[in-house]
Formats: sequence, C-alpha cells, structure tokens
Amino acid sequence: MTGALAIAAVVLASASGLPGLALWRRPVLGQRLSAGVLCLAAALGIAAAIPVLAGATPFVLHLPWHQPNASLSLRLDPLSAIFLVPVLLVPALGSIYGLAYFPQEGLGARAVRLQLWYGLVTGSMALVLLSDNALLFLFAWEVMAICGFFLVLADPDRKDAQRAAWVYLVAAHVGTFAIFAFFSIVGSARGTFDFSGWQHLGSTGAAASWLWALALVGFGLKAGLVPLHFWLPGAHAAAPSHVSALMSGVLLKTGVYGMLRATGFFESPPASWGVALLVLGGASGVLGVAFALAQHDLKRLLAYHSVENIGIITMGAGLAVLGRARGEPALVLLGFGGAALHVVNHALFKSLLFLGAGSVQRAARTRDIERLGGLSRAMPWTAGLFLVGAAAISGLPPLNGFVSEWLVVMGSLRALELPAGDRASFAVLVVPALALVGALAAACFAKVHGTVFLGHPRTDEAAAAHESPRFMLVPMGVLAAACVAIGALPALFLPALARGAASWSGLPLSDLAAPAAAASASAGLVSGLAVLLVALVASLAFLRRRVGAGAAAGETWSCGYGYPTARMEYTGSSFAQILNQGFRRVLFPRVRFQPPRGPFPTSARFSTEPREAVLDLTILPGIRGYVAAASRVRGLLAGRVHFYALLVLATLVFILAWRLLWW
Amino acid sequence: MRSWTDMAFILVVVLDLFVLASSRLGAAIRAVALQGALLSLLALLLASSGHNMGHVLLVAGGALAIKAILIPWLMFRAIREMAIRREMEPLVGYVPSMILGGVGVVLAFAFSRGLPLPTPEMHPFLVPTALATVWTGLLLVVSRRKAVTQVLGFLVLENGVFVFGLLLTGFMPVMVEAGVLLDLLAAVFVMGIVMFQINREFSSLDTDAMSSLKD
Amino acid sequence: MILRALFQIGILLLLPPLLLGVVTRVKAIVAGRRGPPLLQGYYDLARLLRKGSVYSRTTTWVFRAGPVVGLAAVATAGTMLPAAGQPAIFSFAGDFVLFAYLLALARFATALAALDTGSAFEGMGAAREVSFASMAEPALFLCLVVLARATGSLSLSGMLGPGLATAWSGAAPALLLSAIALFVVALAENSRIPVDDPGTHLELTMIHEVMVLDHSGPDLAFILYGASIKFFLFGALLVRLVLDPRVQGIWGAEAAFVGGLVGFAVLVGLVESFMARLRLTRVPQMLVGASVLSVFALVLLLR
Repeated sequence: MTGALAIAAVVLASASGLPGLALWRRPVLGQRLSAGVLCLAAALGIAAAIPVLAGATPFVLHLPWHQPNASLSLRLDPLSAIFLVPVLLVPALGSIYGLAYFPQEGLGARAVRLQLWYGLVTGSMALVLLSDNALLFLFAWEVMAICGFFLVLADPDRKDAQRAAWVYLVAAHVGTFAIFAFFSIVGSARGTFDFSGWQHLGSTGAAASWLWALALVGFGLKAGLVPLHFWLPGAHAAAPSHVSALMSGVLLKTGVYGMLRATGFFESPPASWGVALLVLGGASGVLGVAFALAQHDLKRLLAYHSVENIGIITMGAGLAVLGRARGEPALVLLGFGGAALHVVNHALFKSLLFLGAGSVQRAARTRDIERLGGLSRAMPWTAGLFLVGAAAISGLPPLNGFVSEWLVVMGSLRALELPAGDRASFAVLVVPALALVGALAAACFAKVHGTVFLGHPRTDEAAAAHESPRFMLVPMGVLAAACVAIGALPALFLPALARGAASWSGLPLSDLAAPAAAASASAGLVSGLAVLLVALVASLAFLRRRVGAGAAAGETWSCGYGYPTARMEYTGSSFAQILNQGFRRVLFPRVRFQPPRGPFPTSARFSTEPREAVLDLTILPGIRGYVAAASRVRGLLAGRVHFYALLVLATLVFILAWRLLWW
Repeated sequence: MRSWTDMAFILVVVLDLFVLASSRLGAAIRAVALQGALLSLLALLLASSGHNMGHVLLVAGGALAIKAILIPWLMFRAIREMAIRREMEPLVGYVPSMILGGVGVVLAFAFSRGLPLPTPEMHPFLVPTALATVWTGLLLVVSRRKAVTQVLGFLVLENGVFVFGLLLTGFMPVMVEAGVLLDLLAAVFVMGIVMFQINREFSSLDTDAMSSLKD
Repeated sequence: MILRALFQIGILLLLPPLLLGVVTRVKAIVAGRRGPPLLQGYYDLARLLRKGSVYSRTTTWVFRAGPVVGLAAVATAGTMLPAAGQPAIFSFAGDFVLFAYLLALARFATALAALDTGSAFEGMGAAREVSFASMAEPALFLCLVVLARATGSLSLSGMLGPGLATAWSGAAPALLLSAIALFVVALAENSRIPVDDPGTHLELTMIHEVMVLDHSGPDLAFILYGASIKFFLFGALLVRLVLDPRVQGIWGAEAAFVGGLVGFAVLVGLVESFMARLRLTRVPQMLVGASVLSVFALVLLLR
C-alpha cells in the first residue's frame, strides 16, 4: 500500500504540468488543475511516508529493467521517508503560490513550461529518494539537474539568469561526474548496481577514504558545502521565487541525502571522516552567514543562508559519523536526529522566507533591500509571516530552528563524555561554532527584516507596495504554522528520528531507544517552557494595556531635528558594517569610490559590492587563465599538419612505452 | 604544590595571549617581565630533590634578574628615548593574532602528548606551554611593525626556549645555562643600541620604511 | 518545597532593581557624591508605569511587542537558573542552551523594535548590539561547556550545584579562567563600561541606551526591568560559580547568595568607576580575548 502510494506520488508529480499544457486555452483552470494534481501527489507521498516513520516495515520493490546493470528497485525506508516529506510538501505549496506569482493567464507559454519543469523536478527528486539502484538514481538525478537548469532559466531574456543557469549546469554535471565515478567503482567492486548489495563496504585504508571523498565532492556540490557552493547564490537569486524556494528548500537536501546514503554504505566509518564533516560544516556555517551579511540582494542573501544551514546539517551528520566510529549510540541519535530535523526545518522556513521575498519583489519591483523599507504597513501579513521565518532561521525559541540546533548541540555535548585524552572530545567545539553561527544569523535577519519591512519606505516603489493575494499568503501561512508546530512539540518527532538513525547507521533500534527517551524528556520540558513563554507574553501584553496613562502619537526622536526623512534611516549595509569589517579578509568586496574633487566638489560615489569569493576570484580567473594558455598553444599549432601528426606519433610512443615498461 | 605549578604555567600562557592583544608597549613590556619572573619561579617549583639546589637557585636567580628586571628596564629606557607609546596597526590585526595565538595554544595542548621526548616528563603542562610561548614569540616577530615589539617577540621566544630548557635542568651543566642567558643579554643589549641608533638616524623605527634602504 | 520555589521566583522578580541601585550608588560614592537612594530603581519603575506613552507614527506592532517579548523571554530564562542553594524551577539536560537562546530572543525583539522607529540612532544601537552579541555568544557557551565538563552535568542546576565543589578542587585554573571570561561577557551583555556607558546621553557613544531611545512610559519600565533581570541572571551565574562550594547550611546558602550578588554589583560598580569606555573598535578584541581564554580553559580540561 505504501509502495503504491509512493509510486503514484512520483508519477502524479511528474505529470502535474500536463493539465496546464492541455488546457492551453483556459489558463486559470489549467494552472489550478496543475497545482491541484501536485498537491494530490504530495498528499499521497506524505501518506506513504508517515507509516514508515511510525514503524511500518520499509517498502521494497524490485523489478527488472532492460538496461544493462539497471533495475527498477525502489526502497522507502525511514531515511528516505524523512526526506520525502519536505521534498513533496514544499513544491506543492510553491505551486499554489505560483497561481498568483507566475500566472499562466498573464505569462502564457513561459508559465506552462515552468509548471512542466516544476512537476518534473518534484517527481524526479522523489524518485531519487526512492531509488535503490545506482542507475535509476543517476537517471533521476540527471533529470533533476536538467529541470533545475530550465527552472533557473524561466526568464530567458535576463543576463543574470543565463549566467546563473550555466554555472548551475556546469556545477551540477561536475558533481554528477563524481557521483558516477563513485557508483562505478563500488558497483564494479561489488558486481551489482543495486544499493541493497552495497552494504558493509570496507572503510579502512586510504582507498576507502578517497572513495568517500569522491562521494563527498559529488554530493557536496549539489548540497552547497563550502567551497563547492559557488553556483548557489546566482541560481537561487535569478530563479522565480517559488522555484528558489524549491531549490533552496529541497533540491539541496537531495545532496545531503546522497551524502548520508553514501556514508551509510560503509561498514564502520573512521573518526577522521566525522572530523572532516565537522570541519567542512563549521566552515560552511560561518562563511555562509558571513557572506550573507554582506549582501544587499534579498534573494542572494537568503541563498547564502542556505549554505550556512547546510553547514549546520553537515555538522550534525559529522557528529553521527563520529558516533558510529566510537560506538556511541547517543551521539549517533542526537547527531543524525539534529541533522535530519534541520533538513525538514530548513525546508520549511527557507521556503517561507523565499516566498516572502517573492511577494516583496512582486510588490515593490526590486530585490535590493536598500531600496525597500516600511513594507509592513502595506503588507502586514507578509511581514508577519516573514518574521516567523526570520525568527525560525535564527534558531530562536520557541520555533523549530531552535529545536534542531538544540539537538545538534546536545550531540556535541555528548562528546564530553568520551574518555579524557580522546581527541574526538574536541567535537564539543561545535557548540561555540553553532553559537557564533546562530548569533550572526540573528544579526543578519534583524538587518533584513528591519531594512525591508520596518521604518520608512526608502523609494517610491516601496511606498507604492500592496499586500499579496490570498494564493500567495496561504502557502506561507501553512509553512509558518508548521514551523510553530515543530517548535512547540519537538518530542513528537523523536521516535521517527530514532528510526531514521537506526536505518541509516545499522544500529539496532533498542540501542537508540534510551538516548531517544532522554532527549524526549528534555524536549518535553522545552515545550513546557515554550508554553510558559507564550503565556508570559500574553499576560504581559494584557498587563500593559491596563497600566499607563494612555498613548499619544508623535514623530520619531531625531535628537531635536524636526524633519527626519527616509534617507536618514540606517541602511542594511550600515547595520552589518561592524561584522563586515571583521570579515573583510574573506569577503573581498569590490569597492567603487569616486571621491569629491576640487575646491567645489559636485558629486561623489561610494559603493561596495560583495563578490562570490570562490566563483569570481578562484574559478573564473582559473578558467580564463586556462583558456588563454590553451589559445596560445592552439595558435602555435594552427593549421600545420605536421604538428597534428607529431601529436599522434607522440601519443602512440607514449602509450607503447607505458605498456611495455610499467605494466 | 602541584596546583601552584599549574597556575604558573597557565599564567605564562595567558600572558602570551595578553602580549598578542595589547597595543600599548608599556603593558606589553610589563607582561614579558612578569613572564620572566614566573619562569624563575617555575625553575624553583620544578626542582626536585635529585637536582643540585645551588644550580637551581643560580638559574632561577639569573632568570629573575635578567628577564624580569634588567631587560625590561633597558626596554623602558629605549621607548622613553624614542618617545613611543603604542604599536601601529600590525600586519596581522589584533583579533586575527589573538585567534591564531589561541589556535596555537589549543593545538599545543591537544597534541603535545604525542611528541617523543628524550627525558621523562616533569609536568604535563611544560611542553605545551613551551610550544605555545615559542609560537607566540614567532607570531609577534613576524606580524608586528615596530622594532620594539619585534624585540619583545624575540624575548617571548627565548622564554619559550627557556621553558623547554627546564625540562633538561638535571642534565644541562651550569655553564651552558649561563651561556644561554649571557647570549640573550648580549643580543638584547646590541638590539637596544641598534634601535637607538636607527631611531636617531632616521627618526623612525618602522621596519617597513627601513626596507627601502636596500639597493 | 513550594516555599523554596516561591523564594526563587521572589528573588528573581524583586531583587534585580536593587542590584542596579547598588551599582549606581557605588559609582557615585567613588566619584565623591552621595548618589541616589538604593531603592531608586523601584521608584523609577513605579513612576514609569503610571505615565503615558508616545508612539512614533512610523512604528507598528513590532515596536509595542519588543518590550513585552524581551521581558517575557528574560523572565522565562530566569526560571532555569538555580538561585540560592537549590536547583532551579525547571532543569533538564541542555537547559543552558535554551537559557542563552532566550536571551538572544530578547535581544532580537529589542533590536527589531529599535529598527521599527526608522531612526538612524536606534538603527546604530541595534547594529552595535547584535554585532557585539555575536562575539560574546561563543564566549558564553564556551564558559558553560567548561562548567559542563568540569562537573559532568548538562543542566545549569547540576553545573552550579553540589558537584561544583569537587570540580573546583580538581580543575581550579580552568574554572578561574572561565569565571574571568564570564565576567567580561557579563559586562558586555549588560552594556556596562568598558563596553557601553549606561550613563552617557550622547547617542553616538551608546549601544543599549540608544536602542531603546524611543520607548516611553510602561514600555520603558518593561525594558529597564528586563535589563535588570538580565544583570541579575549573569550575576547569579557568577556568584553560584564562585561562591557556592564554600557555603553550607539551609538558610546560610540563601544569605550567601544575596550577599554574593550584592558583592557582584559592587564589583561591577568599581570596574565601571575605574575603567573608561573602550573605543568601539577595541570591544571585539576584548570579546575575542574572552573567547580565547575560555577555549584555553576548555582545552585544559579536555587533554
């Protein structure tokens, strides 16, 4: 039954764009039907996932396929089920959002194409999570990547979209190449390409570490781990907002899923792998939020925050791997549980934030936060829901971001219980790293929310904004409600997380039950304190109305100055200036300064533009240098037949020598 | 007595971090002087019954006199002659220096157990403290602009080497000890004279500016 | 049992303004003045609660919610801190994380309320506050992790409870270093000299004071009360860390706790009197220094 539901979900999701295409002449009905089909697919898929999370046996299907080495093997175990829920929920909500944001009625063919790719990417992501055969996995992975390319290119006339889509495509294919290499090596060693035959890979020795590193590079490129994140900001900023929500919220998570699956194949991963994940995760967390602080494009900023959250997830995964290496079930449960819950949480609040950004862009026609401001007067609902997302992503109680970060911190504290002198106890340094990341994220979102929604409007476009239609607010509301729910009742999700940890690590569920129960008890008290907090807020608000001698209206205090304007407001880059100054060695901002000249200066300009350090300063110059060198070599050889013949001769001699002398 | 020795080693490391963080030359010189006094105290505390007490007293007294009294006095005279009070913005900023110093301390304390030592360990904090102090001294020499701070870095480096030397007090003859301290004294004395002359000649002790002297 | 819980809540709610009064009095005495009465904090709160408020036309509900959420968050955090000689009202493994993040929630709410006014002054104060807090948070967490390692407990009541005496005898240097770092963090988080000057009226030199510039009447009362509770929380952490192992007896512990808090307030007053405010570019150095000290303390315990 669960299997049928899951397969139906995949098929329906992939086909959800077709009603829009078929009902070409009735765009409103067609798009609504598409959204409805995608929502139905999501409902079916989630209905399939929930029993598996609640303890039902995993669904396994094995059908032969005429491709060599391939089989239509599907598996829905707790690990896949945890990822399946957000992977289907977020696109469904995004398609409802798209009814008003990217209407077929107004945009015609572009919207139809978008819906086709949107549905197809959802279906392929679900298939990636369900596949139990390497070739089926790669097939679905490739479909996902290509759909992503077309989705980023939804507005093909814009230069930034073209560039971002190309970078995305190149990065995705480099990652796919690494994954392909990984699968080939393991498959040829095991003789089968079914994942079920790949359990208990040997993990000792340098060869196993290099193999794992290959998988890490491949899946890390998709997930967005530093320094492999360079494609993220451009792609997520250029795409339409519900596509960005999908890409940031769930597409990145398929990379995390792949990383977890690949690590799960190995018998007993050494502690050094866990440390590598911890270091990479910590770097991604800190650098992601440092880059985000410097941005003034709202969607680029949110994209960099995805890098930061992937870092947090990777730190949790690193703790889980460390727990497997040291044989500590509590570490495995807390690390994996924190990572998996953060996957779900991030999908929820990041999508919420991107949908809000889309609403802002639609209302004020700009993504530049320095040109916004005061939008909460015109768009109160959007502002309120965005605030819920901002508080959640900063990890503030009583929302869901706090719960998953708390689980990761608890896991890290478990490292203190390792015997003294065990170097793995330094994993406790994850705690201050997470504290730094959380505090910087809170600073960044105070900046974002304050600059975009609060204060005075800075431009006329911002002043002319209006609230979004209901179709755009309802998905945001659902996501915000989910954030609040997970934050209020964390203990409810721990059994499912324990099952996921058991299925991933191979440890028996009974080993994980005790730490899960302890964590549930503490989580219950967290819920209780959340309720206390809300009760205190309510009673203080009530008390506030009873005291005092009434309220009067006035102007904001400006030190006695009588005519404050919007130009005097603190800007976003001023807000982040102290922290940007601290991080200037990693940000490499491009500063354009035209100072006032002469005895009667007329104008002056100053602007800073943060550059994508890995892309603009390392990869692109490297590629340009390579192309320049290659052009010179080509110029040397151009047109002369003897040189081509010489090359053929040299290659032949080299191969013969190699064969004869070294083999 | 064990806890006093612990506290002394820890205070040496804390003073290292303080020198990395301070931009006021007077405070930095006093910190290095205090570090020298602590080192002489450590020489006394680490002496066990197997050592020649007279030798130990000589080493401790020498360290106190030279590191804690004489050299700081010379340095204070030097900065008074040159009328400088503060360091300029160093090549590696104060916050990155502190972070690098902290990383060095953490790595030293975490990994020093694995180092193969020829002699039995006298105190578990000895080798990490020495390593951390040497690292701090090198960091100061490499990253600071004023020659005075670079000399201070050299002094901190020598302090670190002295702590290593404490490991070998039972084996090292008195003459070599005295030679080391005399060497130090001579170096600082010469440096003091050179600094004074450079300042008098060029009215600046900025080593960046001095690099323009090359052909 | 109920009596003790009531005592804890009573101390949490009633003592904090007195502590700030002690600080102001110490600063005045050192400066050669007589200073305001010790109970001035209570008089101020009562007076503010009777007044009306002026709201800027630029502000929205965020401005009105800021003080309420800030006070509620800080009070909820206070229920997890063990006061006097017994465990806290709520204690569980990992409660110190919730403690620190509730304080972060209070800061977030106040910063957003400041940005809601659309004024450059409040924006500047909010920017400085969140930036310096991001440097103080790792130091705070490191000190708490040092405590967790030294006592083997993951809850604040366990860390500051009976296990602390054995921890002090075994790991005294590390705990001393982390106490110093915690004191520096307390000065930073409560906007005391050398980080911020609570007495200046120049907006350009303030951090916390300028963030709440536009609040008036009962809103300002909530904010001042919340700030005093936060000061109490940090003081209680330090007092329990330093003093607890030495005091036995039933009511002796409570008296020692209150006495220790007054001593903490006097110490802060003396530090404020004898130090000048640091240049704002030096504050990150001080906070990073506190973090490095506490990392060093942690490494001492981990090796």
